Amino acid sequence: MSTNAPRLATDDPVLFAFAEEVGSDGAIAVAGGRTRWSQGGALAEGTRVVEAPRGVVEYKPAEMTVCVRAGTPVAELEAALGEAGQRSALPNRGGTVGGAIAVGENHVDRLGRGAIRDSVLQVRYVSAEGRLVASGGPVVKNVSGFNLPRLLTGSLGTFGLFAELILRTNPRPEVSRWLRGQGVDPAATFDGLLRAAAVLWDGESTWVHLEGHGVDVDEQSRALDRIGQFEPVEEPPPLPPESWSMSPAQAARVDREKTGDFVASIGVGRVWAQKPQPLAAPDPVVRGLCERAKAIFDPTGRLNPGRQP
Amino acid sequence: MGFVESVRVRIAERKVPPADRALLRDLRRALAHDRVRFDAAERALFAHDASFDEGGVSGPICFPVSTAEVQALTRVAIDHGRAIVPRGAGTGLAGGAIPLGAPIVVSLMKMNRILEIDGDNRVAWVEPGVVNLDLSNQLRPLGYHFAPDPSSQQVCTIGGNVANNSGGPHCLAYGVTDAHIAALEVVLPSGEVAVFGEIGPDETGLDLRGAFVGSEGTLGIATKVAVRLTKNPPAVRTLLLAFSAMRDAAQTVSDIVAAGMVPAAMEVMDQKITNAAENFVGAGYPRDAAAILLAEVEGLEGGIAIDARRIEEIGQRNHATSVRRAETEEERALLWKGRKTAFGAVAQIKPDYYLHDTVVPRSSLAAVLEEIYAIAERHDLVVMNVFHAGDGNLHPLLIFDARVPGEIDRVHRAGDEIVRASLAAGGVLSGEHGIGVEKQGFMEELFSADDLEHQNRLRETFDPICRANPGKVMPIGHSCADIQALRSVPTGVWG
Repeated sequence: MSTNAPRLATDDPVLFAFAEEVGSDGAIAVAGGRTRWSQGGALAEGTRVVEAPRGVVEYKPAEMTVCVRAGTPVAELEAALGEAGQRSALPNRGGTVGGAIAVGENHVDRLGRGAIRDSVLQVRYVSAEGRLVASGGPVVKNVSGFNLPRLLTGSLGTFGLFAELILRTNPRPEVSRWLRGQGVDPAATFDGLLRAAAVLWDGESTWVHLEGHGVDVDEQSRALDRIGQFEPVEEPPPLPPESWSMSPAQAARVDREKTGDFVASIGVGRVWAQKPQPLAAPDPVVRGLCERAKAIFDPTGRLNPGRQP
Repeated sequence: MGFVESVRVRIAERKVPPADRALLRDLRRALAHDRVRFDAAERALFAHDASFDEGGVSGPICFPVSTAEVQALTRVAIDHGRAIVPRGAGTGLAGGAIPLGAPIVVSLMKMNRILEIDGDNRVAWVEPGVVNLDLSNQLRPLGYHFAPDPSSQQVCTIGGNVANNSGGPHCLAYGVTDAHIAALEVVLPSGEVAVFGEIGPDETGLDLRGAFVGSEGTLGIATKVAVRLTKNPPAVRTLLLAFSAMRDAAQTVSDIVAAGMVPAAMEVMDQKITNAAENFVGAGYPRDAAAILLAEVEGLEGGIAIDARRIEEIGQRNHATSVRRAETEEERALLWKGRKTAFGAVAQIKPDYYLHDTVVPRSSLAAVLEEIYAIAERHDLVVMNVFHAGDGNLHPLLIFDARVPGEIDRVHRAGDEIVRASLAAGGVLSGEHGIGVEKQGFMEELFSADDLEHQNRLRETFDPICRANPGKVMPIGHSCADIQALRSVPTGVWG
């Protein structure tokens, strides 16, 4: 690479090969683990499906950053980070890094790990024109230019196809403990804790995920004992397939009539349910902006046709 | 407006060209006569922000009090083919609020109400003119605070924090402004009103909220902001570690992170700024130390005791010459006062300072700092360093006297070299001040033409004719619409 090249330029042939494979015409999509394949609508028939390049490129534990290719399974990333006692904010449910960020769904421990979008520091993606584009930066704090990583996180690959990402990592806590309480008030449970990694509620039981120093987890466990009767459990409850979005206050009083069996993430507002959430009509101004963005970033509509974030 | 005042305004404005009397008239109809200002003194004031960037030319200055008024004045701007530049407290250091091309300047300072504090959802709806520290002071008795705490927090506004995606010492553990904004009500450059984000998980759909935060007023004007409330920690421990070499302080910071800790804050000050701050506040900073590290951990008592002990041990392994723990809340406040007022303390040495803002990988901190000292020496300037060490966010202060001919030029040249040294170390242009006009010229050193063209696509989505804060962020030439918008303004009219 020439010394005058922009600092974010890459010369990784693997990425250029991916850009070439994507090309500049014809409908195209990237398959990851297909764990959320139907989200946002069915992919249009006849769409060419490719895979993104794979592998952890560079992991810097002391910087708490990792550069990883989009096709890397989340499990493979987590294994690499685990060697230095760290982890990411990505949900690990059989998919790829690029897929997780294209979908934008948070880890069930959203409160403990932070939002997935806050962990995306830099993106490299292939544009509708088949060009490699970079945005963001390789360091943990950055306001250099417009924030395309935010626009692309959760955009279901409709603005560009992820090739490589730099993510923020975080230390793994010393102790991790799930507890379950029966008949306790989920909102009071959430309020009674300084920092839970997750508080889940299915209408009867309340699950609490405590993480951190052993002494802190013990103290928070004692705080729970003052709220109600909690006992240690191995893991969180299985999550129903549909996903609802509501305010945290509403999530603490979900109406089972509407949702069917559910598990609500208290303090977050995500509710996993048996029934799908009735779609509210989108605000016309916001919808107009989204359509305009799509027309500008992908004028021929070739990226993930049929899907709408 | 009283009679005397209205006569004063008429005299001050008698030179307004007829074409622009219509603009003033329409703006005053949309707002109120006394909330659209045009006298020379005020226009001169609003031509600048807190940066050393060359000032612009301000058109009429509007002080709306509601979303409807912001919408109304945007429609007047559209009718008259004018640009709009939003402005908070004007504390920006990158020239983001400087009006270019005689735009309508929109001060949000009168939209300064906290509308609702919603403890059940841990958010507060506020207007953009609310001062950062006022918000936290209102929240604290309720058990919450707003985590971003820029050094200017006593005066800077939430709207300005949104525009610049501001940080502050305590963003190390909690994240910058973006992580604390749940939703925004925005008046778009088209005059339409939209709400981005939601009081909820907000993880599906396009993150227009995230795209808007940090866009430096180029995508519209935020008129209501839903900020997330952070629970006050039950226990806090603040440590002051002194070192006889900057390298040791920087290594301590790297080692703390490598050991798996993310303290609430880690701030480093070099000897010169430590002494200036000490003269000012008498915090008991060790004057003979080459560098001091202010580290803070917060949370539950048991855990922070462990973390504080580990930090002390890591400091001692890196040859800390002294370690002090703040024993009382007063002592802690004093240690922070020295850090937070450090910039002001510089005035004892020279009247002016140019504050830079770049980010480098933590592991490069010591090397880049050495380079910064060498750059300053080459340009015969004094540099002081006080910075957010935990996230590698450098803030070199070049201190000078603007009255000395040629000194500001040397400051600019040294500043450019500092930015380039940061980029060469694998860093970025700005951690929390933004690009504004200050660093537009560097964008092409970080990003390729394709990268910038894609950033411009976002801009175009919101604002195809660059009505909102034209001439900022994107380098000139990459954003031809910006230039067209500027050209469409009758230049010279406002002189």
